[in-house]
Amino acid sequence: MGSIKSVDELIAEAPAFAEMRAEQLEVIAGCARNQTFEGGEQLMREGEEANRFYVIRRGLVALETFVAHRGALTLETIEDGELLGWSWLVPPYRTHLDARAIATTHTVSFDAVCLRGKADADPALGYELMRRFLPVIVERLQATRLRLLDVYGPVAGAEAEG
Amino acid sequence: MRDPMLPLSFRVAAKRRELADTWTLELEPDAGAHDRLGAFAPGQFAMLYAFGSGEVPISVSGGVGGEGPLVHTVRAVGAATRAICAAEPGDSVGVRGPFGNTWPIEEAEGGDVVVVAGGIGLAPLRPAIERLAASRERFGAVTLLYGARSPDEMLFTEELDSWRSAGIAVETIVDSAPAGWSGRVGLVTKLIDEAELSGGHTTALICGPEVMMRFVGAELVQRGVERSRIHISMERNMKCAIGHCGHCQLGPAFICKDGPVFTLAAIEPLMAVREL
Repeated sequence: MGSIKSVDELIAEAPAFAEMRAEQLEVIAGCARNQTFEGGEQLMREGEEANRFYVIRRGLVALETFVAHRGALTLETIEDGELLGWSWLVPPYRTHLDARAIATTHTVSFDAVCLRGKADADPALGYELMRRFLPVIVERLQATRLRLLDVYGPVAGAEAEG
Repeated sequence: MRDPMLPLSFRVAAKRRELADTWTLELEPDAGAHDRLGAFAPGQFAMLYAFGSGEVPISVSGGVGGEGPLVHTVRAVGAATRAICAAEPGDSVGVRGPFGNTWPIEEAEGGDVVVVAGGIGLAPLRPAIERLAASRERFGAVTLLYGARSPDEMLFTEELDSWRSAGIAVETIVDSAPAGWSGRVGLVTKLIDEAELSGGHTTALICGPEVMMRFVGAELVQRGVERSRIHISMERNMKCAIGHCGHCQLGPAFICKDGPVFTLAAIEPLMAVREL
C-alpha cells in the first residue's frame, strides 16, 4: 500500500516546482492544501478575485468562457502536473476565465493571497515563483498564437489535400 | 513499360462522407487497368485526375499492397479536389502512381512508435497505423496522437476505437470545442507527454500542416527522439510526380520522388529556409 504523501511532497512532484529549494517549498506549502473537485464543479469563475491557484495532480480541467447563444466554450484543458491560474500574480488580481473540472480532479490548492504576501516579504521567493510561472504563461501564449493560425483549416489557394 | 504520365481509368466503387468537406473514395480499376498499376505502400501517393478539372496528388488512405480497392481521402479545397469529391459511384477518375517513398514501418520494429497526426494528416497515416495494428507484437509502445480543429472535424472516429482495441494508445485533442465537450483542448504538442518514448529507440511518423510538424518535431527532439528517426510527410505542389517538372522542388529535394516522407534530419535545414 502506498504511503500518503505530504503537501510538500506533492508540490515537489509538480514539474513547475521541480528542484525548488527545500526551504522555499516549505514556505509555499504553508499556503497549500489538498482539494478534490468532482466533474462539473467550478474551480474558478471569470471576474472573481484571483485568490487561488492549483497544481493539478490528477484529472482534467476546462478553461472556459461564456459566449452568448453558444454557451460555455472550452479554450484549453489543463491536466496532470500542470499549473492552473496565474492571474493572482498580475494586478488587478482578477480571474480571466472560468475553470471547471471535467472529471474528478485532485489538486493541490494554494491560497494565493497568503503566497503573494510571502513573496512580497521575500523577493528571492517572489523571483523564484515568477521564474517558474513565466514559462507556463509563455507556453500558453505560444499555444494560443499557434491555434490562432487555424492550421487545420482550409488553405486559400491550396489544391492538394489528402 | 507503363508510361508514368498516362492516367489509368478507375471507377468510383464507393464513397463515404467523412467531414463537411472531406470524402473517402474507393476506386476500382476499369477492366485491365489494375494489371498495369503497381501496389501502393503506406505513405505513397497517387495523382488523381478529375477529367476536365485537373490533377492532384493524394496520398493513399487505404487499399495498400494491392488488396481491395484503392482508397483516398480527399478534402474539397480547389477545382480538382471539388470535382473528385463530387464524383459518384460509377464515375471515372484518372489515376497515376504509385509515387514516392513510404513510411518506415519495418525499420521501426522492436522499438516504440509514436504517430502524430494533425487534421486531414491522419489520412496518409491511416495505412501505416493499420500495419502497426496488424502486427502490434513486433513493436514496443505504439501511440497515436491526433489533433483536429474541432470535435466535428476529427477523421475516422470509429477507427480510433478499433485501433485502441488493437493495442494502440490513442490520444486526441482539438483546437476549439463547443459547450459540452469533455475531451482535451489545446495543441497536439501537448499530447507528446502522453507518449511512451524510449529515446533513441523511438520512431516517429508525423503528418499534418507543416508548421505543426515543425513544432512536433522540435518537441520530440526535446524528448530525446533522434532526428534521423523522426519521419514527416511533406506536401508541395506536385505536378509530374516523377521529378521532372520541378514544381515540388524544395532545395535539392524533389518532394515527389525523394519524398514525400523525409527524416527531420534531412528536411529540417530546408524547412528553415524561408525562400523555399
